[in-house]
Amino acid sequence: MPARLFYWLVFAAAAAPGGVLAWRAWTGDLGVNPAETLLHTSGRWALGILIATLAVTPIRRLTGWNRIQQVRRMVGLWSFTYALAHFLLYAVFNHLGDIRAIWADVVERPFILSGMAALVILTVLAATSPAAMVRRLGRRWRTIHRFVYPAAVLGVVHFAWGQKADIREPLVWGGVLGLLLLVRVAAWAGRPASRQVEVTR
Amino acid sequence: MLIRSRKSWELPYSAVTPEPIYRSRREFMRTATAGLLGAAAGTAIACGDADSAVGAQGRLTATRNAKYSVADPPNSFEHITSYNNFYEFGLDKDDPARYAGRLKVEPWSVKVDGLVGRPGTYGVDELVDFNALEERIYRLRCVEAWSMVIPWIGVPLASVLQKVEPLPAARFVEFTTVERPSEMPGLRVPVLEWPYREGLRLDEAMHPLSFMVVGLYGQVLPNQNGAPLRVHSPWKYGFKGAKSIVRIRLTDRQPRTSWPTMAPHEYGFYANVNPEVPHPRWSQARERRLPDFFARTPTLMFNGYGDEVASLYAGMDLRRNF
Ligand code: HEM
Repeated sequence: MPARLFYWLVFAAAAAPGGVLAWRAWTGDLGVNPAETLLHTSGRWALGILIATLAVTPIRRLTGWNRIQQVRRMVGLWSFTYALAHFLLYAVFNHLGDIRAIWADVVERPFILSGMAALVILTVLAATSPAAMVRRLGRRWRTIHRFVYPAAVLGVVHFAWGQKADIREPLVWGGVLGLLLLVRVAAWAGRPASRQVEVTR
Repeated sequence: MLIRSRKSWELPYSAVTPEPIYRSRREFMRTATAGLLGAAAGTAIACGDADSAVGAQGRLTATRNAKYSVADPPNSFEHITSYNNFYEFGLDKDDPARYAGRLKVEPWSVKVDGLVGRPGTYGVDELVDFNALEERIYRLRCVEAWSMVIPWIGVPLASVLQKVEPLPAARFVEFTTVERPSEMPGLRVPVLEWPYREGLRLDEAMHPLSFMVVGLYGQVLPNQNGAPLRVHSPWKYGFKGAKSIVRIRLTDRQPRTSWPTMAPHEYGFYANVNPEVPHPRWSQARERRLPDFFARTPTLMFNGYGDEVASLYAGMDLRRNF
């Protein structure tokens, strides 16, 4: 498969849920509580795609399939896109854009605070993702981008915290995330000193 | 200020739009057809009802109670019957509509016990006078900050309780929802302590606004809405209205109900609609009047019934007794 084709296939796959949602909104097919459908679906995809982003490097290492690495940044940016949309839907539909009400929500409710913290991290990561920024930040770039893990943990915590009664689904996502973290730690512990830079990137 | 004019909910009942009735008829014909097919397949299906007020196709004859109806236009039959919280059938809002058809509501009996003069096991028509049915348009305000306007059919809960003669020592009523794992797939998930239990203080239950519901949009209550018998006290959050009731117990002690047992800091026994007392995870100041996208409708103290019910809580700290 040509490299570009693979890239665009992944791009289309990540964009599809948003397209489907937009289509459902356009045709009035979002159910009895359309705002809830939009909010929940966007939040789930933000988290799901974020965790998929974290799986890219482990997959490359385990399979030796190097080409997969080229989609990592793009997939990460899609996670940010869904998270941003999720926040904007919340801001507009739940709080009618009232910044003070949103701020009150953030400081009063750990559930909202955890989502906000995750979004702030994702925003910083998105802003520092262009190649020019990678070059400019040098070694610091790696340090900054390790925060993708805390962002994912906060996303899972936010998901679990937001549930009324049943936290089985966030627990599954938490399990997958835990596994990815483990792979990461194992790789770090077992790395040869000379390959440090290559491995951690 | 929480005080508001009572006029807004006492406005005369505006006629239910024909469209939902048309829908409900269609829905009913589908059900009836399914019944015929079932009968053809040799399944025993209890059709019809001895009582005169229950018409041939499960239609109910009721008198509109304008005094106790809100002026808001009712939600469609489809909305009311496809977006439900009834965890015994599953946690998603569309699970009840999908699975509640499995629940066998006929025959049905309700065990009445505790501090009553006439304990025993009653059929639905022994507790509910089907010749005195009322239609009341209530707004159901869910604790999740959405609301729907529903044309219920039923009788005052007080009339049901009077039939079983509460003893002077009785101070609370506990309602228990049916628990049948083979017909209710959601019971496999232990999110709440099953069977579901709800309760009211006796004076709340005897209040004329507390309604024992047996129908909706002029027809017998669909299973996903709590057939054959459910409660709605419109000044309280929706979860206070027990569905598919199989037991009514009168006690002198506040019953241990399902939601406060599961999460005592999130759900209280009283659960009166109160815009000033937030849920830990969201504000209750505004609500989403479904199918509106925006949570823009200000929530009213006691869901607008302050003049009627505020006196029940005189001297109580409603922040502590949430
Ligand atoms: C300022 C940032 C955020 C705010 C204010 C926010 C707010 C919310 C709200 C209000 C809900 C609905 C809860 C409910 O109705 O039960 C929700 C659900 C959710 N959010 Fe967020 N969120 C934020 C950021 C994020 C981020 C960054 C992610 C992912 C990485 C995320 C993932 C989710 C998920 C997975 C759900 C659950 C959806 C479901 O129950 O189906 N959120 N969020």
